[in-house]
Amino acid sequence: MGDETKERELLFGKKQKKLITDPLWDNNPITLQVLGICSALAVTTKLIPALVMTGALVFVLVFSNLFISLLRNYIPSKIRIIVELSIVASLVIVTDQVLKAFMWDQSKLLSVFVGLIITNCIVLGRAEAFALANGPWKSILDGLGNGLGYGFILVVVGFFRELFGFGTLMDIQIIPQAMYDLGYKNNGLMVLAPAAFFLVGIFIWVQRHLSKKLVEEE
Amino acid sequence: MEYVNIIIKAIFVENILLSLFLGMCSFLAVSQKVKTATGLGIAVIFVLICTAPLNWLINYYFLANGALAWAGLPDIDLSFLQFVSFIAVIAAFVQLVEMIIDKFSQPLYNALGIYLPLIAVNCAILGVSLFMVKRDYSLGESTAFAVGSGIGWALAIIALAAIRQKLKYSNIPPALKGLGITFIVTGLMAMGFMCFAGITL
Repeated sequence: MGDETKERELLFGKKQKKLITDPLWDNNPITLQVLGICSALAVTTKLIPALVMTGALVFVLVFSNLFISLLRNYIPSKIRIIVELSIVASLVIVTDQVLKAFMWDQSKLLSVFVGLIITNCIVLGRAEAFALANGPWKSILDGLGNGLGYGFILVVVGFFRELFGFGTLMDIQIIPQAMYDLGYKNNGLMVLAPAAFFLVGIFIWVQRHLSKKLVEEE
Repeated sequence: MEYVNIIIKAIFVENILLSLFLGMCSFLAVSQKVKTATGLGIAVIFVLICTAPLNWLINYYFLANGALAWAGLPDIDLSFLQFVSFIAVIAAFVQLVEMIIDKFSQPLYNALGIYLPLIAVNCAILGVSLFMVKRDYSLGESTAFAVGSGIGWALAIIALAAIRQKLKYSNIPPALKGLGITFIVTGLMAMGFMCFAGITL
C-alpha cells in the first residue's frame, strides 16, 4: 500500500483511516454492533477455517458495499432488502464456487456456512447502515474495516479453541509430545459449542475492561 | 416415528441455536423481554415451516443435479443457484408475514419493530434450507426438521429472555454487563442442552 498512500493522500485522510481502524476495536462488528455472530462461533474450532472464512467475508463485504453504494440512488427503498440480498447472494455464489474449485477441503469443512454469509448480519447491516448513505470509496473502506474486525475476533477465538482443543495451530503440533506423556490432555470442551460462547463472552469482558467507555449502561 | 426422531433431535440434541449457532443475532438482540421473544419465536417457527418445504420443492424440481429431467434437460445442474433462489423465497415470505402481523396484531408489530425484516436475514431460516439439502432429507423429513428447528430456536430464545429478565437484579462486573454476560449464559445453556446428546427414539 506504500506507494498508493503517497499518490492518493486525500483518499487516506484521517477520516478514512478511522473507517478502517474503528471497527477493529471501538466499534467491532461482533462484540459491539452484535452482528455476524453465527458464523463467528461455528467456524472457529480451528484457525485455518477461521482465516478462510474471514477472507470470504472480507471479499463479499467489500464488494457488496461497493455495488450497493454505487446503486444507492437507484434502489427503491421499499424493495431494498431484496435488492441487497440478491447482490450479496450473487457475490456469495462466486465465493462459494471459487472455494469449491481451489480449496475443496476447506469448502467441505465450512459446508453451509459459506452460503450463510448471505444472511450474515454484518453484510446486510453495513449495507443498510453505511453503503446506502455513503459514496463508493468510503463504503469499500468501511467494508474492509468491518471485515477485518470480524476476522480479528475469529482469529482470537480460533487460536484458543485450536490450541487448547487440539494442541495444534494451523494444523501444526504446538503442544509437545512430552506434555502428553506427562499426562496433559486436550480440552474436549474447547471443540464443543459452549466454549465458543464462553470465549466470546470473556473477550467482550476483557475488551470492555480495557476500554471503559464501551461498558453498557443499563 | 422417524419424523418424531428428527423433531426431537432438532429441538434438543442439535439445537439450531445452541449447537449450530444459527440465528444468533436476533437471538441476542430481541431477548430482553419474554413477550417479544415469544412473538419472534412464533414468527420464526411459522416462516420456517412454510419456507423449508417450498425450498425443498424448488430444489428438487429445478435446481438439483439432473432435476430438470422432466423438462427434457437431464444434463443441467443449477445447484449453484440455490443460494439466490432460497433467499428470494425467504425474503418474499417474510414480507408476507410482516403484512399479516401488521394487520392483525399491532402491538406485536410495534414490539418486533425493526427485527421483523431481520427474520429474512435470520441465519436459522436459510440454514435449515441449506442443511436439509446437505443432509439429503426427503420432503417429509425436511418439514419435520423445520418444525423441530423452529421450536428449538423459539425455546432457546424464550429461555434466554427469561434468564435475562432475572439477571437485571444481579450484581455483574460492569465490563461484563449486557452482551458479555449474555454470551456466558448462552454458553451455559448450550452445556445444559448437551446432556440431551445421544437421545434417540
